[in-house]
Amino acid sequence: MTGVQDITSTSKSAAAIDKARAEGRAALIGYLPAGYPDVEQTIAAGIALAENGADLIEIGIPYSDPVMDGVVIQAATTEALAKGFHVRQVFDVVRGITSKTDAAVLVMTYWNPVIRMGVDEFSRLLAEAGGAGLITPDLIPDEAAEWMAASDKYGLDRVFLVAPSSSPERMKRTVDASRGFVYAVSIMGVTGARESVSSAAQGVVAAAHAAGAERVCVGLGVSNAGQVREIAAYADGVIVGTALVAAIRDGGVEAVAALTKDLSAGLTREEA
Amino acid sequence: MVRPMVDAPTTGSDEGTADAFLQGDRSLRHAPGPYFGSYGGRWMPESLIAALDELEDTFEKAKADPDFVAQIADLNKNYSGRPSLLTEAKRFAEHAGGVRVFLKREDLNHTGSHKINNVIGQALLATRMGKTRVIAETGAGQHGVASATAAALLGLECVVYMGAEDCRRQALNVARMELLGATVIPVTSGSQTLKDAINEALRDWVANVGHTHYLLGTAAGAHPFPAMVRYFHEVIGEEARAQILDQTGRLPDAVCACIGGGSNAIGIFHGFLDDPSVRIYGFEAGGDGVDTGRHAATITLGKPGVLHGARSYLMQDDDGQTIESHSISAGLDYPGVGPEHSYLADIGRVSYEPITDSEAMDAFRLLCRTEGIIPAIESAHALAGAIKVGQRLAAEASSAGEAAADKIVIVNLSGRGDKDVATAAEWFDLLDKDSVEAEIGKEGEQL
Repeated sequence: MTGVQDITSTSKSAAAIDKARAEGRAALIGYLPAGYPDVEQTIAAGIALAENGADLIEIGIPYSDPVMDGVVIQAATTEALAKGFHVRQVFDVVRGITSKTDAAVLVMTYWNPVIRMGVDEFSRLLAEAGGAGLITPDLIPDEAAEWMAASDKYGLDRVFLVAPSSSPERMKRTVDASRGFVYAVSIMGVTGARESVSSAAQGVVAAAHAAGAERVCVGLGVSNAGQVREIAAYADGVIVGTALVAAIRDGGVEAVAALTKDLSAGLTREEA
Repeated sequence: MVRPMVDAPTTGSDEGTADAFLQGDRSLRHAPGPYFGSYGGRWMPESLIAALDELEDTFEKAKADPDFVAQIADLNKNYSGRPSLLTEAKRFAEHAGGVRVFLKREDLNHTGSHKINNVIGQALLATRMGKTRVIAETGAGQHGVASATAAALLGLECVVYMGAEDCRRQALNVARMELLGATVIPVTSGSQTLKDAINEALRDWVANVGHTHYLLGTAAGAHPFPAMVRYFHEVIGEEARAQILDQTGRLPDAVCACIGGGSNAIGIFHGFLDDPSVRIYGFEAGGDGVDTGRHAATITLGKPGVLHGARSYLMQDDDGQTIESHSISAGLDYPGVGPEHSYLADIGRVSYEPITDSEAMDAFRLLCRTEGIIPAIESAHALAGAIKVGQRLAAEASSAGEAAADKIVIVNLSGRGDKDVATAAEWFDLLDKDSVEAEIGKEGEQL
């Protein structure tokens, strides 16, 4: 386990969250699907995210069967695939952003594209591109033996999800298997902007912290600065996806920059 | 359920274990999951793991509960009409090399196919879990109709997800489900096919898992679905084995079934897996032909991957994106396959072969005209395969100086073909060009 501890201390995601914490605020994590509307604009929008207050950037790989995504992200990734997006282009996106910014860049992917390329090969290419690690919505630690080995080998963060339905045993197992941070799903559902963030989120974060997680970030349904402020009061980071995808869809890179600036205003915790 | 975390399968072949089985080292029956060799497992969002654990726990307790077993047996007998017949098809058999052919008549079950076995079992489990709502996916509508039936019988709310294009083509099946009290939701995401209906059902399940059971229609998906769906269909193989022994005094030489997700097949195969003298064949949908790219021959041409919760053979491109399948039979038109079939293929216990649309439709017409039975087009794939298997067995018998008539083949006739009359009428050009039906047929509508 000492090897794991050593890598933890160099986790890019952990460093980005700790930097925000040192500034007295939660970290902002912004999601964009790779190749939407095209690879160049994904890179430009990623850079805009970083320059306007995002500490970590999550780049999604478009996939044919995205069971955890709502209609906005589905529409974007379906369009990216229709335009001919290939999985290997995600490394161009990661390299394009990490070469221009200090943000930690994670890849969010359903698991089959990784298996198809080979878990070791995918990990090697991600590390070479400067990526921080992977967020894996349909991979649980129980099935992650290959990914555990590859992420150790290449020094990558492995961000597993915990949910309001996770039992205490599963919470502990998932926290133990994760590195960088733990992704707390705020509600039982799929991605998509919601008017209010479920009260379940705070409980999930508390349970993950109690299970030993040092960094817990909340995602699903977060779309505005008010919600960011609410979550920043108890979580280590706030993840925004659908609202940013709608922004790039409707207003391009400038809209992403403006929304990020607005969202980041909610990060600072009010003094106790 | 607590399972070891780091012993998950990776890759590698399971070849060789079939020999061990044939030497009597171990049984292939009642494989409990979650893994079948390197296949199966739970490749699912964490949000659903608690529900899968609850389902597994409820299922294991129910299997051990004599009341549950008796309840299933009662409904099978007095509601579904089991046991289904085993009918010898003597005139059809003349076209299969002259071997003896027996049909396991799942087409005679209530709702017209094997699907009722599984939906009754799962709907009863839903009530045991205190869940008041079931959701299901459906392609042509057969599993949707069966689910709506079981929900009506047990007083459960039922929502069925169905590709928008399938809803249009199968308007009468949509009406059937609605008559039975179900709500049908057209799915417009992705490729708008069966796999997308499953995706949409999974999204519903994540959001409503507290009071909703996902009544998956085939022996695929995350554990415990493959082992559980097989359990509810094992009755097919158990009956068939007892019936053939009763009617002929011996085991068959071969058992044939069609494979989409593979639930009817695993049900009948299970009865014979531990009988080394019985050769077992699964027939996949070859569509326009396996060299055309338009087919659903998942095991024949796919590569291992994960989809809808299980590791199994999968039709996918070099990027791991799921490829759309094609088949004249909606029930076989699925780019994945149940994980136990992938395992049985790798160890060589079951042979999987493709049957083209054209071969299936020839067998469809042949059964109509020789036996007076209109089969489901799905089942016609098994019939076409049985013709080939019968001819091979006859050739073997001939070279061994034996009579073809001493060879026995069982075919699982998984469903009836009433639902397929419009497709068949169009295929065989039976409609008057000026008829209303022909106009509708041009649009791909079902009559």
